[in-house]
Amino acid sequence: MMAEAVLANRRGGLGRTERRDLWWAGPLATALGLGGFVVYATFRALYNTDFRVVPPDSAYILSPFYSPLIVLPWLPPWVSPAILILWAPGGFRLTCYYYRKAYYRAFFLDPPACAVGEARGHDYRGETRLFLFQNLHRYFLYLALIFLVILSIDVVYACIWPADGGKTFGISVGTLVLGTNVTLLTLYTFSCHSLRHLVGGNVDCFSCVAMGQLRHGLWKNVSLLNKHHMFWAWTSLFMVAFADFYVWMIASGRFTDLRIL
Amino acid sequence: MAETMTLEIHRGDTAGGELVSYTVPSTPGMVVLDAVHFVQAHHAPDLAVRWNCKAGRCGSCGAEVNGKPRLMCMDRVDKYPAGEPITIRPMKTFPVIKDLVSDVSWNFEVNKKIPAFKPRNDRPPRFSQEEADRVQEFRKCIECFLCQNVCHVLRDHQRKEEFGGPRFFVRVAALEMHPLDDGNRTGLLKQDLGIGFCNITKCCTEVCPESIHITDNAIIPLKERVVDEFYDPIKKLFRILMPQSRPEAGD
Repeated sequence: MMAEAVLANRRGGLGRTERRDLWWAGPLATALGLGGFVVYATFRALYNTDFRVVPPDSAYILSPFYSPLIVLPWLPPWVSPAILILWAPGGFRLTCYYYRKAYYRAFFLDPPACAVGEARGHDYRGETRLFLFQNLHRYFLYLALIFLVILSIDVVYACIWPADGGKTFGISVGTLVLGTNVTLLTLYTFSCHSLRHLVGGNVDCFSCVAMGQLRHGLWKNVSLLNKHHMFWAWTSLFMVAFADFYVWMIASGRFTDLRIL
Repeated sequence: MAETMTLEIHRGDTAGGELVSYTVPSTPGMVVLDAVHFVQAHHAPDLAVRWNCKAGRCGSCGAEVNGKPRLMCMDRVDKYPAGEPITIRPMKTFPVIKDLVSDVSWNFEVNKKIPAFKPRNDRPPRFSQEEADRVQEFRKCIECFLCQNVCHVLRDHQRKEEFGGPRFFVRVAALEMHPLDDGNRTGLLKQDLGIGFCNITKCCTEVCPESIHITDNAIIPLKERVVDEFYDPIKKLFRILMPQSRPEAGD
C-alpha cells in the first residue's frame, strides 16, 4: 500500500471549500425567500390600492402591510400608507439576530457557508462602523410590540359583521388569515433575542433582584420560544405576505371571502 | 477480503505540504482517528497527529474532514460515501506545525486577557440550581478550538489582533453571567475581544462537538450587554439619573 501524493489545494477565495455537501443550498434558498418577499412587499407598498375590504359587504378587513392605516392627503400619491409604516416592522426584521445571519450569508456571502471561502480584498469590519445600526434592534422591538396590539385590534374588527342595520359577531376565512398572521408575528416577536435579554437575560442573580422569580420565569419562557426563532421568523414572514395577498384578492373581487360563522 | 477506503491526509509543515493518499481497511464502528492511527502504524510512522482521550472529551484531535471541522475521534467513517476518498487536513485558521497538528497557542494568549472570577462580597455565597444551569452550559467547553477554526473573522479575515473568537466569548459569558461574580467585562468585550466583529453567522454553534449554543446563549446575550452599556441612550440616561457602582473586574 504505497502512499501516493495528490495535489493539495488550500487557497482562499469566494466559494473555495473541500466540503462535498450541498452547502450552497441554504444560502440560495434564503436569497430566494428573502429576495422574493422584498420584491413582493415593495410592489404592494407602491400598489396603494386593494388593501382593505369595508362594510356593508363584509367586516372591516385591512392588509397588515397597511395597518395602521395612515392617510395624509398632502403627500404625493406614490407615498402610500404602507410606505409610512413598513419601515418599523422592516427595521425589526432587518436588525433581527436571525435575519442578520441569514442575509450576511445569502447576500453578503460573508461567509456564504461555514468553512467556505469568501471574496478577498475587502476590509471586513463586522458589526462595527457602518453596521452599528444593528444595535437599534431593541428599539424596533418596542415598535413591533405596538404593531402587535394594532394588528390584534384589526382581528377584532374582522370579527364585526354588519347585520340588519346593526352589528354581529362573525368569522370568515379572512378573519382566520389575519388571526393566524398576528399569532405567528406574536410568536416571532416574543422569541426575540433582545426581548429575552430585556425580560431577564441581563440579570445574573435572579434570587438577588426584585421580582427575580417572575423575571426568571419570563426569561425561561422567552428562551423556549427563542430556540425556534428561525422557524417563527420564516413562518411569520410567509404569513404576513399571504395575509396581504389574501386581502388583495378579496378587495379586488377576484375571490369572495367565505364566511364560516 | 476486507473493504478498504482511501484517506487523503495532509503531510507537511510550515514550509508547505501536500495531500498524500493511503489505503486503509475499513472496520465496523471505525472513526476517522482509527483510520489515521492505522496509517501511522502501517504506512507512515512519522505522521503527526494530536490526540489523547479518543472519547470526545479532551478536544485534542480537531481537524477538517472533507472540509468540515470535526473531532476525528467522534467522526465515523461509515457516514462518508463508500468509494470516495476522505480528505483530512489540519485546522486552517492556525499555523501548521506538522501534518495534522496545528499551533493553537494564540488562543492561550487571548485567554490571558480575560479577568478571572471576582467573588462578590455583598451577599452570602449562595445561588440556586436554576442560576447554575445557565452558566453550566458554558462549562461543557473542551477547548477543541473548532469554533475558533471555523469562525470566518479569524479564518478568512485574520483578525487575530482585534478579535477574541467564540471560545472566549463562551468563557466571558460563564464569568459574566455567574451569579456570584462581581466583575464587569463588557468594556473588554467591546475593545480587546472585538465582539462587534462577530456577525453572528452561527458557524461556531454548528461545529461545536459539545452542542453549546454559542451564538444564542453566549455571544448574543453578551452583545446585548455591550449595547446596554455603550449604545442604548435610554439606559445611559438611567445610569446618569440613578448611578450604580459596578467595578471593573480586577479593580
